[in-house]
Amino acid sequence: MNKTIQRPGDTIFRGTAVAAATTILVTLAAVGIFLTIKGIPGMTASPEEVKHGTTFLAYVAPLVFGTLWAAALALAIATPVGIGVALFISHYAPRKLAGPVGYVIDLLAAVPSVVFGAWGIMTLAPAMRGPYAWLEDNLGFIPFFAGPASATGRTMLTAALVLAVMVIPIMTALCREIFLQTPRLHEEAALALGATRWEMVRMAVFPHAKSGIVSAAMLALGRALGETMAVAMVLSASGVVTFNLISSTNPSTIAANIALSFKEASGLTVNALIATGLVLFVITFAVNFVARLIVTGPNRAKAAKS
Amino acid sequence: MAHQIEVSNLNIYYGDFLAVEDVNITIEARSVTAFIGPSGCGKSTFLRSLNRMHEEIKGARVEGKVMSNGHNLYDSAMDPVDVRRQIGMVFQRPNPFPTMSIEQNVLAGPRLNNKRLKKSVADDLVEQSLTRSGLWNEVKDRLNKPGSGLSGGQQQRLCIARAIAVEPDVLLMDEPCSALDPISTSVIEDLIHQLKDDYTIAIVTHNMQQAARVSDNTAFFNLDGVGKPGRLIEHGPTEILFSTPSNPATEAYIQGRFG
Repeated sequence: MNKTIQRPGDTIFRGTAVAAATTILVTLAAVGIFLTIKGIPGMTASPEEVKHGTTFLAYVAPLVFGTLWAAALALAIATPVGIGVALFISHYAPRKLAGPVGYVIDLLAAVPSVVFGAWGIMTLAPAMRGPYAWLEDNLGFIPFFAGPASATGRTMLTAALVLAVMVIPIMTALCREIFLQTPRLHEEAALALGATRWEMVRMAVFPHAKSGIVSAAMLALGRALGETMAVAMVLSASGVVTFNLISSTNPSTIAANIALSFKEASGLTVNALIATGLVLFVITFAVNFVARLIVTGPNRAKAAKS
Repeated sequence: MAHQIEVSNLNIYYGDFLAVEDVNITIEARSVTAFIGPSGCGKSTFLRSLNRMHEEIKGARVEGKVMSNGHNLYDSAMDPVDVRRQIGMVFQRPNPFPTMSIEQNVLAGPRLNNKRLKKSVADDLVEQSLTRSGLWNEVKDRLNKPGSGLSGGQQQRLCIARAIAVEPDVLLMDEPCSALDPISTSVIEDLIHQLKDDYTIAIVTHNMQQAARVSDNTAFFNLDGVGKPGRLIEHGPTEILFSTPSNPATEAYIQGRFG
């Protein structure tokens, strides 16, 4: 048995890599521990001891609903748009146009969320008042548009639209990369059968990109769930649970609620807010975990077969 | 039905680069025409220009005429999608759609033209196409299994079945056996022999023995040097081209002195 020669470069690199990986795990664990320790008193506090005056469960339930509802809406809007833009860049646009469009989309991802919030409050919300009134009048029989339409336009739908604009760059960038990786062989196979461009996309590109699209959507969902500033600024919230998209009473989201309430909170109320943070932490974790499962599941099975 | 293809004064470009210069040839109906020549001589490029696959590469374009069934394929009124439905193609590497079953692969083309294919019609078409590509007996019990689970040679025959299911007039084959073992190659060669009763077939091959075995006519492409366009040097009946070539370059290539 001869011993492998240890080179100093290898040892140093290995050390730094292990240290970096450990730091991430330690940080994550530290956040989890902090949230749990500080949060538990908030969860167990009686209604008299906290500002919101209810049990923790009654307090957090509408927030969880609002968080999931806003994120789901944002995703429902952003997914088709993101896929469409990515497809345009990867398969439809002439090369001269595809580059700049992709670049602009990437820039959009770098805009701070406060800016989106300001845009939502000052431009989008007032602009949406008309459409909301129209939706109430014409589609009011659908619970989503039951109204009464908000006078400010600061509704759940507006918040979801702002969130959608924020996550579209992520969706687009990821989808574009996956679409570009479609094997040329399969694209040509479809074209040679007399497929139009769109038929080729459906035959060759989408089947190849399916799991990638799901993971892109899940990453986008992760961002939408945790987004704070834009929602805090745009949404006019009042702890209710409603599917109504266009009224002025909306459920808040966990992140926005923490941002808005933290300054004025003291004592056990702070603990309760941190506990809501723990709930968000768990939700985000679960979403990422599910995304992992979806993405690696079928691929692993395929790799094992071939 | 199968008909001939007449190519006149065809120049093929990648951007500004002239890849193939001034090709004039008639590819005869119901026969096999082989394109041979050294690497880079433009034989594959020429083949891909016959069903307008060439233009799928960015910047690629063509000048000249390709007449098929009385139409110029490069007429401005001609839709490349229609061209490709009449002139099918089999590629160098087998490329069945990985997420589709064997049956779905065969029906991929027909379903483009006719969304609601009747079950009985579809079943007949699958059996017919797979039988003609010599694959039916091997896969009839597992039509719902993925096409990617087949061997390389079987996958290539599946691709041939997929191409003929569209009922094209012409079948283009771009080195269809280069990724296959000798046994699979000979199966495909036998298949080409059978298919030429119904289709006009053009095949690109690196393998001169293969050209001699499968083709009725052979066209030899060559290029003067790197960066120069490829040209059609000579073409004619395979026995004549291989026994008494008229051009010294053809003779040198056939005897294996270069390429």
